[in-house]
Amino acid sequence: MTDAAAEPVTVPSSRDAGRRLILAVSRVWAWVFLAGLIAFFTVSVSITSDGVINFLSIRNAEITLMTITAVVLMGLGQTFVIISGGIDLSVGWIMGLSSVVSAEVMLALFEAGVDQWIAVAAGFGAALIVAALFGATSGTIIAKLGVPSFIVTLGVSFVARGVALIISGGNVVSGLPPAARDLGNEALFYVVPGEGGGISLLTKPDVAGEALRGMERVLQWPVVITGIVVLLGAFALARTQFGRHTYAIGGSRVASLRAGVPVDRMTILIFTLSAVTAGLAGCLYTARFTGGSAIAGEPLLLNSIAAVIIGGVSMFGGRGNVMGTVIGSLIIAILVTGLIMLGVDPFWQFIVIGVVVILAVLIDQARDLVAGRAEAA
Amino acid sequence: MDTLTAAPDVPAPVEPPMLAVVDLVKRFGGLTAVNGVSLEVRAGEVVGLVGDNGAGKSTLIKCISGVHQGDEGEVLLDGQPVRFAKPIDARRAGIETIYQDLALAGNLDVSANIFLGREVRRRVVPGVHTLDEKRMLEESRKVLESLDIRIPRFRAEIDNLSGGQRQAVAIARAVYWKARLMIMDEPTNNLGVPEQRKVLSLIGTLKSQGVPVILISHTLPDVFAVTDRIVVMHRGRKVAEKATASTNSTEIVEYMVGARDDFRPEH
Repeated sequence: MTDAAAEPVTVPSSRDAGRRLILAVSRVWAWVFLAGLIAFFTVSVSITSDGVINFLSIRNAEITLMTITAVVLMGLGQTFVIISGGIDLSVGWIMGLSSVVSAEVMLALFEAGVDQWIAVAAGFGAALIVAALFGATSGTIIAKLGVPSFIVTLGVSFVARGVALIISGGNVVSGLPPAARDLGNEALFYVVPGEGGGISLLTKPDVAGEALRGMERVLQWPVVITGIVVLLGAFALARTQFGRHTYAIGGSRVASLRAGVPVDRMTILIFTLSAVTAGLAGCLYTARFTGGSAIAGEPLLLNSIAAVIIGGVSMFGGRGNVMGTVIGSLIIAILVTGLIMLGVDPFWQFIVIGVVVILAVLIDQARDLVAGRAEAA
Repeated sequence: MDTLTAAPDVPAPVEPPMLAVVDLVKRFGGLTAVNGVSLEVRAGEVVGLVGDNGAGKSTLIKCISGVHQGDEGEVLLDGQPVRFAKPIDARRAGIETIYQDLALAGNLDVSANIFLGREVRRRVVPGVHTLDEKRMLEESRKVLESLDIRIPRFRAEIDNLSGGQRQAVAIARAVYWKARLMIMDEPTNNLGVPEQRKVLSLIGTLKSQGVPVILISHTLPDVFAVTDRIVVMHRGRKVAEKATASTNSTEIVEYMVGARDDFRPEH
């Protein structure tokens, strides 16, 4: 009992306090930044439009969510890949390939007289299988032959691009069943404003004219599907052995190998997962626009990587989470729609996104420095 | 728990040594890195393996831990010949190697590292398992306690721990997974003096728990402090095997530089 008095008592120094502050800021900055952006655009859009345009409307939120589904899905797979210490450059063209494959299969079955919903399901299934094969191929080459993922996925990206363009002949694959359109655009809820309006679950209200124009679709199916997949991904990364091994491989491949982590199998699975999430993005694109396009995902690759980085996933591997990627995607989407609604020349978007990406990495590095990771690295 | 008086005149059956290396040869092209080395390690024994750089110490232990496979001779575990194709095979047989670095994932915490590759899982619904973090934390705390290892920042990432703490975690992991033989390659390198002492005292703890240790070190005072026997290698051959109590560092150095050789070939 008397010994206790002799024990050195640790007093948190002011240096520790500053350190904790930086760590805390680095953890929540993306949330704060996102909230700040929404507040900023709500006020500024309202002022510049003399109160006519409401940035915080359901419709704007729905448009934003629909816009980011592809980026979020690609970013989800990319999150696993980058945390495990790799990079996947093929997701853009794999999304395009899946869009084309799903459309072609739907079209062929629909024209052959198959039930339209079965045709749509088969289109999704076929596209996801093709995507999985591409991802598994990348993963196998990376794991078994030791070629850097940057190079393998760059090569696979070109292959996917070629295959997608050959299958589609460079055209948009159209003439799809109405079921595809419904899946890509209808929603969980419908809100009809005004008299005789209300909220309707699942069934589309039978309205016309002004009421139809004012009707809001809340949680459209692509958003719902993306949401479910993101939740599953977040669960897998945070709570399962698969997720733990993803972090471990990114932290130290050698240590993971020595500990008996099936590094090769994990690498193949992670790249397959990345391709499948990109493939799902392609399928949802096909449904949303009722047409398959080879170039559907090409402009989104860099956006998805930017979203992952803004969300705090370290490019050196071993660090990050799914929620960060979702926030990163939201930040990009809100920047883009906000700037457009402010009437800013759209080319400024790129500059702003670029600055935010670099800012995110700087914050990441500051945290590493403070956490004492830099000296160990 | 029989007392020795039970049958004093009947010699106890001689158990085969835990590890026996017999006439092991390992060649790399024209170079013979390990040349006919034999070595025995018994339960609770700490054996020092010393020699100059390039003497073949590392190659020898890599042949034991499954990184390399010997070209001639054999490795016996409890008297049974074994052949490890990969390090993980040796590990499964209970041979754990503690490296200076690269043994832990720096971005994971203590418990995640102790259970890395062998995570405890819980079934949520059929086919879906989650990590049983609570159980792994409890078990990790227990094993650290049993080795008298204190890590105040238990949930911190390994990268934020000191070198000695990391070494201790690696040892704790080996102990938790019931290592039957521990190979330590320069475990005190890059450590501060108090941390070196801690690692050496951990070797003592292992010994008292019956886990034999092969210690590779250039630091002779460390070797003399904790070993029972010292094996000296020079140019791929074993040149001396001495009880630690009956030798001194001057003599060991003479063996290390090749000035003395107890096993000089006849021809």
